[in-house]
Order: sequence, then structure tokens, then C-alpha cells
Amino acid sequence: MTSKETHVKHTRKVAGLVAAIAMGALVLAGCGGPRIHENAQLANSSCGEFDMAVNPWVGYEASAHVVGWLARHKLGCDVKYKDLKEEISWQGMGSGEVDAVIENWGHDDLVKKYIKGDHTAQDAGPNGNKGVIGWFVPPWMVKKYPGITDWKNLNKYAHLFKTSESGGKGQLLDGDPSFVTNDEALVKNLKLNYKVVYAGSEPGLIQSFRKAEKNHTPVLGYFYAPQWFMEEVPLVKVDLPKYKTGCDADLEKVACDYPEYTLNKIVATDFAESGSPAYDLVKKFKWTNHDQNVVAGDIAHGMAPEAAAKKWVKAHPEIWKAWLS
Amino acid sequence: MTVTDTSTDGRPVAPDEESAAPSTPPPTPTRSRRARLAAARVWGVPAVLAVWVAGWLVLKGRDTLALSGADTTSFHRWLNGLRDSFDAARDTNWFLKYVVGGVSDALDASMQWLQYLVSQAPAGRPVPEVGWLGVAAVLTLVAFVVAGLRSALLVAVGLMAFGYLGYWSDSLDLLLVTAVAVAICAVIGLPTGIAMSRSRAFSAVVTPVLDMMQTVPAFAYLTPLVLLFGIGSASAVMVTVIYAAPPLIRVTAHALSSVDEGAVEASTSLGTTSWQRLRTVEMPMAKRTIIVGINQSIMAALSMATIAALIGGPGLGKPVQDALQKLDVGTAFVSGLAIVLMAIVLDRTMTAASVRQEVLTRTGDKHRRVRLALLVAGLVGTVAAVVDSRTFLRAARFPTSPDLGSPIGDWVSHLSKTFVNSVGSTTSAVKDAVTYGMINPLQSLLAESPFWLAGVAILVLAVLLGGWRAGVAAVVCEGVILGTGLWNEAMITLTTTLVATVVVMVLAALIGVWLGRSPKADTVVRPVLDAAQTIPPFVYLVPALALFDVGRFTAIVAAVIYAAPVAIKLVADGIKGVPAETVEAAESAGTNRWQMIRKVQIPMAKSSLGLAANQGLIYVLSMVVIGGLVGGGGLGFLVVQGFSQSTLFGRGLAAGIAITALGVLLDRITQYAAARRGRG
Repeated sequence: MTSKETHVKHTRKVAGLVAAIAMGALVLAGCGGPRIHENAQLANSSCGEFDMAVNPWVGYEASAHVVGWLARHKLGCDVKYKDLKEEISWQGMGSGEVDAVIENWGHDDLVKKYIKGDHTAQDAGPNGNKGVIGWFVPPWMVKKYPGITDWKNLNKYAHLFKTSESGGKGQLLDGDPSFVTNDEALVKNLKLNYKVVYAGSEPGLIQSFRKAEKNHTPVLGYFYAPQWFMEEVPLVKVDLPKYKTGCDADLEKVACDYPEYTLNKIVATDFAESGSPAYDLVKKFKWTNHDQNVVAGDIAHGMAPEAAAKKWVKAHPEIWKAWLS
Repeated sequence: MTVTDTSTDGRPVAPDEESAAPSTPPPTPTRSRRARLAAARVWGVPAVLAVWVAGWLVLKGRDTLALSGADTTSFHRWLNGLRDSFDAARDTNWFLKYVVGGVSDALDASMQWLQYLVSQAPAGRPVPEVGWLGVAAVLTLVAFVVAGLRSALLVAVGLMAFGYLGYWSDSLDLLLVTAVAVAICAVIGLPTGIAMSRSRAFSAVVTPVLDMMQTVPAFAYLTPLVLLFGIGSASAVMVTVIYAAPPLIRVTAHALSSVDEGAVEASTSLGTTSWQRLRTVEMPMAKRTIIVGINQSIMAALSMATIAALIGGPGLGKPVQDALQKLDVGTAFVSGLAIVLMAIVLDRTMTAASVRQEVLTRTGDKHRRVRLALLVAGLVGTVAAVVDSRTFLRAARFPTSPDLGSPIGDWVSHLSKTFVNSVGSTTSAVKDAVTYGMINPLQSLLAESPFWLAGVAILVLAVLLGGWRAGVAAVVCEGVILGTGLWNEAMITLTTTLVATVVVMVLAALIGVWLGRSPKADTVVRPVLDAAQTIPPFVYLVPALALFDVGRFTAIVAAVIYAAPVAIKLVADGIKGVPAETVEAAESAGTNRWQMIRKVQIPMAKSSLGLAANQGLIYVLSMVVIGGLVGGGGLGFLVVQGFSQSTLFGRGLAAGIAITALGVLLDRITQYAAARRGRG
């Protein structure tokens, strides 16, 4: 037998095998089983499409999916989640691609540009969450160095926070590039012997705090609440000089703590004027930091956002009934 | 993977320059001139370094041009203004509204149509128009037709893997974005490549644009891109096109200009027109290489998946980013694995297709009958599968069990935790040693010297190593960096880049020589290298953070993981390329193994070592932004920050430009230096 003939035979055999497998798969997959039912008239509601921006942190995801779940299952909206950074979300409200931002942290520049400037977005009121920004240490440090939560003692402990990145001074770990920080000015104006080092991302910050608490190594870093990680490791805030209105007016000379943020909702003007029932839901949505942390914690530990939202909704009708009335 | 195909690699090097550098008639240097050049290198480099260090000791900290916190220069604010006027003109400017807007709408609409067809459920229907069985059958049949039976089987297995890993629809979405983007690349790229092969002037104009497209980090222009093309598919496709088109264009131009001249002349003498010649002679002869170019383009497109996810692009990048938010190593790994699988399947299929193309044209179809029979059977089966998958839920929705994704994910999470726990203390020591011993001193020298001292020193070094052309490149690039107002940050980035490149080269020399000498080792290690190169870096950032904390060292580790495979492959191929006769001759002369490596194989593979250094540098530099996410600081962090905060957009874009300037600078110095060494 020539090699060519063997090859042909071989090919035929393989072909037979493939055909057999394909037929088998078809029989297996096709025979019986439920058929696909089209239902052209979706939920008969006036809601239509509802585009929810989902900014990239888990707490936001929690709020977005609870509101989204209610909009989908109670109002019959066609809810679309769009994973976007903050600024891109605001941009999207101008072009009709985003209807709502459910948790907004200040962002004076964007307020100026999109709310006061071209009026494509509107403030839909506070969402009940209080945003705290500041400097935090892991809990073990507070037990060992009780005075450490007072900024006046920070210089005394600076040597603890020295790392290979901080050039002989204590390291103040700044983090997420999305957050506004005055930390370089604060270090200078409070005459602290620290150097700001940029972790570069939220995972970078969380990993640092997680490791610090586990191995009892010192870390001082910029962090914020509400944040699911706070439920895992309850970081303790360092008290900087108290915030007073206007003390952060000049960013060069700022020497006070960050203000407490009243987190609010932002909606597209078109959406607000559309008469969509989803707008009323967004407008009335309001819950506490604890509520959010519960849902966010579930999501962070592996639950699908929809499932986590559903679980909370089932357990707390007394809270969300008010948002739909 | 064909990443080893050096001439076609997606690197920011002008192909014509590459060939021009060695091919310009060498000015037959006299012995004395050659000796003088060598002496300048031997004595000049240490002398410059000594002067630099002395100057640094005296002037440390002066004129460093450091920028603090939220400081911006007028150039950065001008870029902000540019962005704002873009934003304002969106609805009024006819070009933006109708041309750009039209393209954007068309892209969105066609992507949506395709998604409803195969991956997403349209309104009123619980599943896509064609279910998984139909899609799998069609794609397998296509693979059979273009690339043969083996590829068909590979595609079928790959598709099943996507499904059982739990990412059926995300995988198809990524496949769609890649297909649409590469199709656009081909439509734009082929004519551009043809034009470049015809006209030197055109080529000279286009080449720097291609360089920019490949080296300016995508993070830096995501915001304006979204302004133009909106959130979602259209922007995702565009950002992919920008990065994936250059390799295709370069390879097309290269393939056409290296078509055998005799054939072209023969056809010209027959009186063919230019168009006929292109169609009947040049294109068929260049076909195989062009398919390689398309393959390169596909690989580049896949590497944008995680970036496209940041602007609402559909696909596998989404679960990767999502898992990163939760520091979920396992899930990030599984979705990253799906991307790697897709790259492997597409790469092998495209390669098989190009080889088959050649075999068919050369020898004709031997098994025509068998193939035809199989094709008919396949067609019938496919039609049945499509009909089936439109009727029954079971053939429409991918089965949820057995679920391979969750156990693999859990296992990887567990493995990474155990690993971190067991080596955690040693890694800190390594990190501290390298940072204090190497990174800090080097950064101090580069970034704390006055800018004019460092600038002049780098310029003189460039001239000494790479000649006057490297000097010109140095002047231009340093000028650009100064213009961006980010000199100090650029020097910090240069530090981490240099350290990472040294590590990459050490690894390349050690592992590359090993692989080059042992085919067995090569077969085992090469798939690992392929995987390290295609898995999105976001996947290994979290374990890297756990091991080394945030900082420049961690950024360097990430860059090394990404860049070392390319350099290792290049060195291994170079060693393999040493003629067997040479090795045998040396063996019979009684050289031992170490002598063989040092005296025979490495010197003979010198040019590939140079290329490895060059590519290592460029790949390291492309990780600067990712490094910024884990504490690398410097330009990378500014780019990330610019993407995140609207007031800092201009500074981020400027940082992106500075990264490109740094890349061109290092690329030219290493290229010209390597070319000179090859000659002298």
C-alpha cells in the first residue's frame, strides 16, 4: 500500500468519526427537550430601556443592582448595565447612552461641566450613603500604638512606616487614581515626615491593608467608606485637623481633614423628563452605608450581583416599598 | 505563536529603516577609524558615566523639573481645552456629527446585529437567534474549509472549552469584536500597505504614524475616543483597530516589496498594467506573508480585550476587570485562560490556513474527492445544527454542567494563596534588596540629576553607542519629553524600564540558550511562554501585589513576565539558527559545552541577541501603564490618573506622548548600536 493510499484511508476514517460524533451531538442536543418560545410583547409596561452606569467599585455595583433588580422585576424595565468609569458615565448622559449614576462622590468639575454647563445631567438627590475619605491604619496597630489615630503622633511613628519606596521617610500610601487627593499638600502643611507613594489602584490598596493586618506589618494609607473591604478588615481612621467649610478652598494651603461626602444620584436630563417610572425609583432610592456593605460584601465574596441584590430585596421589603410608592 | 517572526512583529520599528540601516553602503572604515570607534566605546562610556556621577554628587536635587500632586503645565491645560472643544463640537460640527457619528452608529448597529445573531438575546427572545450548537457547527465548518480537518477539530474543542469554562457568550462577543476590528484593519491596511510598498515618500509619512499607534498607551486616548465613538462596541472596535492595524500594514508593505524582482520584471515585459501585475503576480506571491500579517493583527486585537472593557466593550475583558475589582485571582485566571485559548486556536488555524494555501497552489488538491464528501456531509450537519439550535433550548443555551470554570478558579485561588503564604517573607527580602541596591541608586542618578546634565549625558551615550543617527533621535526625543513637562516622571519610568530590561536580558540569555540547545526543553517551555505572553497582565497583578506589595519592584515583575518570553524566544531561535556544520566542526575540535556556548553559539547568534534586547525594551515599555496600577509611579501612573480624573486628562495624554518618546529613543539607540556592532 502506498503512503498516499494509507493517508486517504486514514482521512476517511477520521471523517467517519467526525460525522458520527456530530450526528451524536445533534441527536443528544436536539431530540426532545423544551422548545424556545418567543414572546414578542415583553412586559407590558411604560418603562422601556433603562441604562444604568456601573462605576468600578463593588459598593456602587451593589446599589446599581438593587435599583436595577427592582426596575426590572417590579417596573418591567429593560435594564442595561454599563460598566464605566465615572467621567465616561457623565459623558454618556450627554449622548443618551447613560440614564443614571447611582452613587456620585462630589466631582465638582463634572458638576460644573455637565449640570451647570450644558445641562445634560441633573442632581437626583442624596442616596443616603455617607462617604468618608481619610487616612486609615489596620486595627492591630491601634491596639499596639493607641495614640496613632491622632495626627499629632504621626511623626513619632513615622519610622514604622518606612519602606523601600518612601526615601527614608514614612510611607503614606495613596491609591485609586480616580479619587481626588490633597495628601501631598497635607503632608507638607502639617509638617509630617512622610512621603506620598501612589499604589495606583484600589486592588493595590486593599492588598496592602489585607497583608498588613494578617502579618501585623504597619501601613498608613488613604481609604474610604462605604467599601466592602471595611467589613473584612475594619480599618481605623486617623483624625486629621477637623474639617471646616472652606478650609480646603486653597488646595496648596489645605491643612484639614476631608469633608464628609453626601453621596448623591445623577441622572440624565432626558431621562428625568421622559416620564419613565425608573426615574421615580432612582429619585426615591435611599439606603444606609450598612445596607450597601451587606450587599457589596456578598458580591465581593463571590455572589453574582443580581443574586446578592435579590437576596437583600427579599429580606428588606420595608425599605424598598417606599421607593416604589 | 508567530510572535517569534521577528520581521513581522508588532513593534514600533520602521521596516524600511531596519533594512536601510545595515544596507546603506558601509563607509568601508579604515583600520584606524574602526579602532578609534571601538576605543571611543570602551573608554567613552565609562568616562561619560563618571562625569555624570560626579555632577550628580554636586548638583543632586537641582533643576529636576519635578511636578507635584495635581500640578499641570500650560501644555496639559491646552490638551484639556482641546478635549473640551471636541466635546462641545460633538453635536454641532458636521464632520463629527455625520461622518464620525455615522461610522460610530454603523459600527454599533452591525455589532448589535451580530450579537443578537449569536451571543446575546434580542428583545422578546430568551436566547440569540442561533444557539451554541449552530454557532459551533458553522465555525467548525469554516475552519475545515479554510484550514483543514485538524484545525476544524481544534476549533470545535476550543469552542467547547469556552462554554464549559462558563464564558460562552463573552467569548463569542470577543470573537465578534476581534473579527469586525480585523476586517476593518484589512480594509484599511491592505491598500495602505500596497501604497507603502509602491512609494517611499508615502511610507516615510505613514511609518511614524504607525509607530505612534503602537506605542502611545491606549489609556491615554480612551477619553477622546469615547467622545467620538460613544460608550460600547464602536469605541471598543476602534481602540482595537488603532492597535491592531499597524502590524498588518507593515507586513503587507514588507511582503510586497520583497516579491521576487525577476517575476515582476517578467510580467512587466509582457506589458501588464500596474494593477494587473498587483493582482496576478504580486498579491499571489505575497499571500502567505500577508496571512501572517493578519494573524499578527488578530493577536494584537486580542491583547486589547481588557482595555476595551473599560469603555463598555463587550467580551472576555469584562470578567477579567470585574474579578480584579474583587481581587479574585481564580476568576481572573479562568477568563484570562479563555483569552489565551482563543489566541492559540486562532493562531494555529490561521497558520494552518496559510500553509495550506501554499501547498494547494504548489501541488494542487490531492484529496479533492474526500474533501468534497466531507464538505457536503459537514454542510448538511451544519444546517441541521443551526435549525436545531433555533428550535430547542438545549441546543440554544450552552449547558451549565459540567462546570469547569469554578473548580479551576477555586484551585488557582487556593494555589496562589498557598504559594504567597509559603514564600511571603523571602519575597519581601528580594524586593528590598533589589530596590535598595539597584532601583533607588539608579533612579537617584537619573531623576535627581539636573535635567540638562542627564539630558546631555544620555545624548553623548547615544552617540557613542549608536552613532550620529542615534544622537539625532536622542535630541528629538528629549526635546519632546521636555515639551510634555514631565521630565522627572520620564526619568523615573526610564529607571524601572532599564532595570526590567536587564532582568529580561539575563533571563533571555539563560533560558534562551538552554531552549536553543535542547529541543526537548523547547517543546515543554514554549507553550508556557506563549501563555505568559497572551494572558492579560491584569490576571497576575493581584498575586504579584500579594508577594511584593505596591511599588516599583512589583511593576518591574509584571513587565518581566510580559517581556521575557519574546526575548527568550528570539535568543532560542538565534541559537537554533547556528548552522549544524559549525557546531559539529567545533565539537570535533574538542570544545566543551561551556566553550561551545560562549565561543561559538552566542557569537554566531549575536544579531538575535541584539534584536532580543530591542524587543525586550519595547515590550517592557508597553507595560509602563500596567505598572502604574501597582505602584510603579512615573509616567504610567499619570496616564492612569489622566484617564480617571477629567482635570488631569491633559497631563495623562502628555505622559502617553512622553512614553512614546522614551520608546523611540531607546529603540533607536539599541537598533543603531546593534547594527554597528554587527558591522564593526
